[in-house]
Amino acid sequence: MISLQHYLVVSAALFALGVLGVLTRRNAVNVLMGVELILNSANLNLVAFSRYGTGNMQGQLFAVFVIVIAAAEVAVALAIVLTLYRLRRTPNLDEADFLRG
Amino acid sequence: MSAEAAVFYVFAVITVGAAAVVVLARSLIYSAFALLFAFFGVAGLYVLLGADFLAATQLLIYVGGILVLLLFGVMLTHKLYDLDLKSEVTQFLPGLIVSAGIFGLLALTATRTRWATGVGRPPEATTTDIGRLFMSSYLLPFEAASVLLLVALMGAAMIVRRRKDA
Repeated sequence: MISLQHYLVVSAALFALGVLGVLTRRNAVNVLMGVELILNSANLNLVAFSRYGTGNMQGQLFAVFVIVIAAAEVAVALAIVLTLYRLRRTPNLDEADFLRG
Repeated sequence: MSAEAAVFYVFAVITVGAAAVVVLARSLIYSAFALLFAFFGVAGLYVLLGADFLAATQLLIYVGGILVLLLFGVMLTHKLYDLDLKSEVTQFLPGLIVSAGIFGLLALTATRTRWATGVGRPPEATTTDIGRLFMSSYLLPFEAASVLLLVALMGAAMIVRRRKDA
C-alpha cells in the first residue's frame, strides 16, 4: 500500500537533486533546470497532501499556481540569460560580476 | 506487491533517476532530455494521486512549454553545430554534502512525523471542481496569475530586446 510518506520521500529526493544542480552547476540554463526540479518537488508535495490529507482540492489549486509561476519565472530568467550571453559571450553565472566594485 | 505499488515504484524510479541525470550529466542536451523524463515521471505520479487535470497540465506546460523554452536557451547561448555543450561543475563535494543533508532531513521528517491523514479524496475527475473553485473562491489569485503572466511576457520581451542606444 502506497502511503503519503512514499510520495514525500520521492519529493525530498527531487528537491535534494534540484538543490545539488543549483549549487554545483556553472551554466545558467542548467541552474534553471535545477530550479524546475525544486518546483516540481514542491508540487508533488502539494498534490500528495491534497490526496491523503483532508481530501479537499486546495493542494491541486496551489499546484496550478506554482506551474503558472514557474512558466513566468523561466521566461524572464531565460531573457536574463540571453542578455548575459549577449554582454559576456558566456552562459556561466560566475562571470556575471558586473556589480563587483 | 499490488499493482498500485508497482506503478508507483516505476514512476518514482523514472522521476528520481532522470532528475539525477539532469544534475549529473556532463552535456546540456543530455540534461534537457533527462528533464523531459523527470517531468513525465512526475505527471505519472499525479495520475496515481488522482490529479488528472494536473497531470495533463504538467505535460502541456512543462513538457510542451518550459522544456522547449529551456532548449531554446541552450541553443541561443551556445554556438550551434558546436558539440562542446559541456556544463562545468563546481564545488561538487560541498554541494553534495549540503543536498544529501537536506534529503536526509526531509526524508526523516517525512517518515517520522505522524501525518494527520484523513479519509482522503477518492480518485475521481477533478477538472470540474478545479474550474469551479477558480471561478469562485480563488477568483482573485486566478486574475493575479493572469496579470503576472502578462507582465512576465512583456518583461521578458523588454529585457531581451536589442536597444538602439546601448
